[in-house]
Amino acid sequence: MSLIHEIDYGTPRSKSDTMVTLTIDGETMTVPEGTSIMRAAMEMGTEIPKLCATDMVDAFGSCRLCLVEIEGRAGTPASCTTPVMPGMVVKTQTERLKRLRKGVMELYISDHPLDCLTCAANGDCELQDMAGAVGLRDVRYGHEGHNHPNPGLDESNPYFTYDPSKCIVCSRCVRACEEVQGTFALTIAGRGFDSVVSPGMEESFLGSECVSCGACVQACPTATLTEKSVIEIGQPEHSVITTCAYCGVGCTFKAEMRGNEVVRMVPWKDGKANRGHSCVKGRFAWGYASHKERILNPMIRVSITDPWREVSWEEAIAHTASEFKRIQAKYGRLAIGGITSSRCTNEETFLVQKLIRGGFGNNNVDTCARVCHSPTGYGLSQTYGTSAGTQDFDSVEHSDVILLIGANPTDAHPVFGSRMKKRLREGAKLIVLDPRRIDLVRMPHVEASYHLPLRPGTNVAVLTALAHVVVTEGLADEHFVRERCDWDEFQDWAAFVADPRNSPEAISELSGVPAEDIRAAARLYATGGNGAIYYGLGVTEHSQGSTTVMAIANLAMATGNIGRPGVGVNPLRGQNNVQGACDMGSFPHELSGYRHVSGDETRALFEALWGVPLDHEPGLRIPNMLDAAVDGVFKGLYVQGEDILQSDPDTRHVAAGLAAMECVVVQDLFLNETANYAHVFLPGSTFLEKDGTFTNAERRIQRVRKVMPSKSGKADWEITIDLANAMGFSMAYAHPSEIMDEIARLTPSFAGVSYAKLEAEGSVQWPCNEHAPHGTPVMHVDGFVRGKGRFMVTEYVATDERTGPRFPLLLTTGRILSQYNVGAQTRRTANVVWHGEDRLEIHPHDAEQRGVHDGQWVKLASRSGETSLRALITERVAPGVVYTTFHHPGTQANVVTTDFSDWATNCPEYKVTAVQVMPSNGPTAWQESYDEQARTSRRIEPIVEAAE
Amino acid sequence: MSSDRSSDKLVYMANQIGKFFASQGEAKAPAAIAEHLKKFWDPRMRAGIVAHLEAGGAGLDPLVREAVQRLRETMSAK
Repeated sequence: MSLIHEIDYGTPRSKSDTMVTLTIDGETMTVPEGTSIMRAAMEMGTEIPKLCATDMVDAFGSCRLCLVEIEGRAGTPASCTTPVMPGMVVKTQTERLKRLRKGVMELYISDHPLDCLTCAANGDCELQDMAGAVGLRDVRYGHEGHNHPNPGLDESNPYFTYDPSKCIVCSRCVRACEEVQGTFALTIAGRGFDSVVSPGMEESFLGSECVSCGACVQACPTATLTEKSVIEIGQPEHSVITTCAYCGVGCTFKAEMRGNEVVRMVPWKDGKANRGHSCVKGRFAWGYASHKERILNPMIRVSITDPWREVSWEEAIAHTASEFKRIQAKYGRLAIGGITSSRCTNEETFLVQKLIRGGFGNNNVDTCARVCHSPTGYGLSQTYGTSAGTQDFDSVEHSDVILLIGANPTDAHPVFGSRMKKRLREGAKLIVLDPRRIDLVRMPHVEASYHLPLRPGTNVAVLTALAHVVVTEGLADEHFVRERCDWDEFQDWAAFVADPRNSPEAISELSGVPAEDIRAAARLYATGGNGAIYYGLGVTEHSQGSTTVMAIANLAMATGNIGRPGVGVNPLRGQNNVQGACDMGSFPHELSGYRHVSGDETRALFEALWGVPLDHEPGLRIPNMLDAAVDGVFKGLYVQGEDILQSDPDTRHVAAGLAAMECVVVQDLFLNETANYAHVFLPGSTFLEKDGTFTNAERRIQRVRKVMPSKSGKADWEITIDLANAMGFSMAYAHPSEIMDEIARLTPSFAGVSYAKLEAEGSVQWPCNEHAPHGTPVMHVDGFVRGKGRFMVTEYVATDERTGPRFPLLLTTGRILSQYNVGAQTRRTANVVWHGEDRLEIHPHDAEQRGVHDGQWVKLASRSGETSLRALITERVAPGVVYTTFHHPGTQANVVTTDFSDWATNCPEYKVTAVQVMPSNGPTAWQESYDEQARTSRRIEPIVEAAE
Repeated sequence: MSSDRSSDKLVYMANQIGKFFASQGEAKAPAAIAEHLKKFWDPRMRAGIVAHLEAGGAGLDPLVREAVQRLRETMSAK
């Protein structure tokens, strides 16, 4: 194992199909039109010296080091900015070029401190490399570098430093911030020797608009921008390619290591989801893996009021199996169940559902998708026949109109958000349907053509109104519909949407969106070229979540925006492996590959391999489990990597359900909130400590590779195996690759997947089988998975969660860039500098009416409960709407949310809660008592050493 | 949760399902609702809604009542 050095071609790859042949240093070379001479030379193995060029950004031509000679042309043009031409004859190394380059380097070095031996970039410095490459032996202008301004080190960012004295003003950081990240936080201030990189208006990095994605650090050729971990530890000596364990984008990284210590995570250029980019979480927020609060030993206790007692793995597993068996003997086979983790690997998830179906003998298995994208699964399977998005992320590069619904990619899916922004800067149009004025509505170099700030809960009405315009104005793609969809169902649907009660004018009042904006947005989506829909939890987490997904699917079919790059229906999945968890059979009614448990043939396949009969009835969903627990018939729960007490709605009800159980087993990294009600704690492993695969939002299956030994002694898949065997259900796997082989045997859409294939191809998108041996980037190309696309009538049904005099505002919840889900990981990193607490966003008008000041404590009350947090007055939310995040357990935002849920899937209605807001003095009595209970529950009994 | 509250919740959920399928009309909707309950509700929940119907079925929307009746017939046929 060694450090992976990716080739830097100097300039980006040209996408042209036209090829150009030229001669470089006497060799003939054929490359796509638009390729730079620098890149063409590198592709044949000749590295032209360079400093300001790197292939993550466009050529700039400022350093004058990459000069070449071209036959028939005067002068020495820069090879980075000069495109290849047919018949061109290039020389990359001549006496004149050598002399010129040496002169350029001499000037650079004369203005650069020569503290190479103690510099953090020693061994990883392009300036040092180029000095060597051009044979620099002398600097006639002195070595002090005193001309360069040095306003001092900026250490404000928690993860990297900015040392202006090391800066060569190549602008790579500025361009990376603009072109790759799209934030435009950096610029070059001053001129000549006074030139200096400036975050914002000459602010500190932390105080500027910088989002800490790390693109500038990655682009920096010197030690000007350096990871603090590199400064502290030193240069890495080997690296391993693995996949990020944060959001559903699934960025691949090089984990750069020194021994078993992570030095840094560097985005991998060949990663097909992230294409070499990263966000603050994946790039920097991995320190939770070694946080002091991690639990590394198994623990048990008789009662949830007892302190924890550390025990051996053997005792913990035997105790758990014995308790589950006791409960089943006393209360029946159906009295226990489990929850698979969307943060764990496919293999681990598969094993947990296998344990429940085969070992527990029931189908009481569910996963966190219940509370996020279960309506996506239902809605897309009904209309298209498959429970996943239709495109790959590269597809956005071909989109002309992007319809973004209930998603905030720059915060929740930031790397994809950057790719989307890049396409928008290239000219694609954007329509945003969201109650909040998310950043994409208007930010540097991006402005939505239309923002439809609909009232929470009216998605279906507005989408049907968009369809009304498409149908009544003759904008439907009749050719596509006739060929690809059920024509009779289309006609029924078209008659429904065309009804005047679904017109924008009729919907305007209830949705709060001007009719003319709905009409204009519909026209743009239907006629603007390739129309792509991206959506998030603002679509699914409603009582009509599944209906909204179907309305989206209808709209895409009606306009023919399915089955090719640039179009499609794209759910942005929340957690790193929530797609995979669903694929692996984590729902109570489905085996892996979305096949219903009632299917005799499917069940027989599993029964033959697993050697046990399987229940043909659907099991309990998470909310049903909790209801059953409160009813006294559900008594035991195995929870892998999920914190339902913090993440699920109506916290008091979740707590009551958990408290009513006799054995709650939590397998996690930390004593999370659910563990306050647990009787067994099994310490899990981070993604750095195990092998496996994750599947991202574009159905891409990617390897997770172990870079260090498990700190608790077992990977999560090994814990499940031990538990299964202790329950008397035999499991034997030596490596996760064997689990994947079993998944492939049992799951048609994974039939062609193996670790060997993933090694060879890097990643594949399911379906991957004999029909698509290299996977499927775009689905439904020639026909829908279900055959004919199915239009569904989407009648708007108002939620029963209504505002009124007592609760006049609507609360909606969501995520922020620096934090992730319940914050268990990100709260244990330096990311808390950006978001140390959940705040309540409230419009100035609503704040003024209530006498609420910015930063003041306010009480947030609903019919379910009340909590207190501090206010943030902002016009990002519309009047009448308030917003908060749920990253901090102290806030307990879900005390307020209700148990209303999606009609088809029971996905909670997080996005619509009627609330009142009023000034308060601080945390509520309930928050204080919760905090006290949590602290008491986390006591760990000290180990008493036996006397000699 | 008391059994009354459990029943209320099942009735509420079943009526929610009914509201979606109502657009398919009186001829098709009951079968579609019954199929949804069969595919996605666990046996205990199905038994609960059938028991509620047998106890008078208070609160069930007409299409849902017919769907639960169909469910009851399927269950008793086994």
